[in-house]
Amino acid sequence: MKTIGYIIQKEFKQIFRNKGMLPIIFILPILQLVILSNAATYEVKNIKFAYIDYDHTSKSRALIEKFNASTYFDVLTDFPSQLKSSTAMLAGEVDVVLEIPNHFEQNLLKEKTSDLSITINAIDGAAAGVESGYVNQIVQSFNKDVKMFFMDTSKKAMQPLTIESIPSFWYNTTLNYKTFMVPGILVLLVSMITLFLSGMNIVREKEIGTLEQINVTPIRKSQFIIGKLFPFWIIGMGLLTVGLILAKIIFNVPMEGSLGLLYLFTSIYLLVILGMGLLISNFTDTQQQAMFIAWFFVVIFILMSGLFTPIESMPKWAQIITEFNPIKYFVEVVRMVLLKGSDFNDILPQLWKTLLYAIVMNGLAVWSYKKVN
Amino acid sequence: MKTENVIEADQLTKTFGGFTAVNAITFEVKKGEIFGFLGANGAGKTTAMKMLIGISKPSSGTAKVAGFDVYTQTESIKKNIGYMSQKFALYDDLTVKENITFFGGIYGLSRTKIKEKREQLVSELGLENISNKLVGSLPLGWKQKLSFSVSLLHEPKIVFLDEPTGGVDPITRRQFWEMIYKAADQGTTIFVTTHYMDEAEYCDRVSIMVEGKIEALDTPKKLKEQFKADSMSQVFLKLARNIE
Repeated sequence: MKTIGYIIQKEFKQIFRNKGMLPIIFILPILQLVILSNAATYEVKNIKFAYIDYDHTSKSRALIEKFNASTYFDVLTDFPSQLKSSTAMLAGEVDVVLEIPNHFEQNLLKEKTSDLSITINAIDGAAAGVESGYVNQIVQSFNKDVKMFFMDTSKKAMQPLTIESIPSFWYNTTLNYKTFMVPGILVLLVSMITLFLSGMNIVREKEIGTLEQINVTPIRKSQFIIGKLFPFWIIGMGLLTVGLILAKIIFNVPMEGSLGLLYLFTSIYLLVILGMGLLISNFTDTQQQAMFIAWFFVVIFILMSGLFTPIESMPKWAQIITEFNPIKYFVEVVRMVLLKGSDFNDILPQLWKTLLYAIVMNGLAVWSYKKVN
Repeated sequence: MKTENVIEADQLTKTFGGFTAVNAITFEVKKGEIFGFLGANGAGKTTAMKMLIGISKPSSGTAKVAGFDVYTQTESIKKNIGYMSQKFALYDDLTVKENITFFGGIYGLSRTKIKEKREQLVSELGLENISNKLVGSLPLGWKQKLSFSVSLLHEPKIVFLDEPTGGVDPITRRQFWEMIYKAADQGTTIFVTTHYMDEAEYCDRVSIMVEGKIEALDTPKKLKEQFKADSMSQVFLKLARNIE
């Protein structure tokens, strides 16, 4: 126990003496949290919109006026022909082009129907889907106006029955994407920093030759490893605390559930990450190698964590892989506890899996750490 | 006078794939002896030493260090030896005092013992003024002396020194050897590898390794007689040339 104390003391001295390290540990994550949370948004805004109006009637102008009034669309220009609009879309100057055909108003009046053509730049499929939705909403609303216009006042009283669905959004009533993203990004930062630091720490001692010196001392493997990893466990918990405070102050993220529960889960989760870092440093000889391997895993874990894209929409085989992703469990738990107010029993499945993961990871790490070659 | 052996190696061998780095070396080192372990670069000195200090498993042969087996009792060996590697292996980002405290701590010395050792060591090395400076800022010669003293902190029976004076100026080398003598006088066995043939003259006995084998082992005086040479340097050159 005393031996472990000496190692912990030394690690903390080294961490806080390293002028390059401190900002990486504390300032960068804060910046990232603030920047990423504001930038990583699913909302599609400022859509570059243009139109081709072959009709030039009051109805066609009324439709365009509706787009003008929308906050989602920036109505940039009108094109005289399709050729011009195609060129502009190819150049990336517009995202959505509305084409109003000749006789638009006339057809509406006579045949009670008329076609519109919408062209959407769908390189980003998700954004295109959202844009198409917005366009539809506007056209629907235009439709209503037109219907009202054709109905005389007597009929207005007895409108045909229509069904409207009114959604109510639970756990994030205003659909504020920050409420959804901030906890996730917090997970990402805690995971990344602790994995990189622990992964590079022991390999650094290999590089400078002090690990050999440690290996000729009678210190036990477990003492050394606990002493080495404990400081990063503390740093991980500290990062979580800083992140939660920022989430509350800057983004006013709701905290429905028990923070104690969140800390309990994080304390176990960090063991997984630290064990993984140790495992990486056992199998690498330089910090550079360790960094690349850690990066490889972090990218896969993050993209498959449900942080940015829902796991439910991944193919079956990918969903199976995500079962082995510790970050996925942390993202789930943070969102459940903070947004839904889940209790201990709700997060029990994630807790068990993470605990099992921690035991396996650290077992492997201790087993593969060799004092004798 | 019969003295006990603190190191006994018998047919000790280490192979890496098809390459034999250490080829069946047999020797013993007596208590309190300064044993010089000589050889050209790549002769297998460091590999042999790593087997003796318990961080590399031998491929075959047997060896006992401080009475403990190098296969099964490496942790007991480690309690009884000190080691100073070729590469400076104290922490550059800790101060002189912090390094002493840390290594004292992981060897399991008590707090009072560490304090006592720390003060003694700092005054012996004349480091009073810089004991709170980071080790990284010290000149190489001071680092080496400090690192030797740290390897003696837990009063080991044997101390292994791997090219301790590499890159150090002659005056510091001289002081370094005075420290070695002092430790040997107090009963510590010194096992030292070196490239400097004048240093070989300071040893009680030397072995010369060539291409993984021990080709000669005796006192410097007898070796010079045997090879009809004036200095250890000539002995070494003759041996190396014969092999080629």
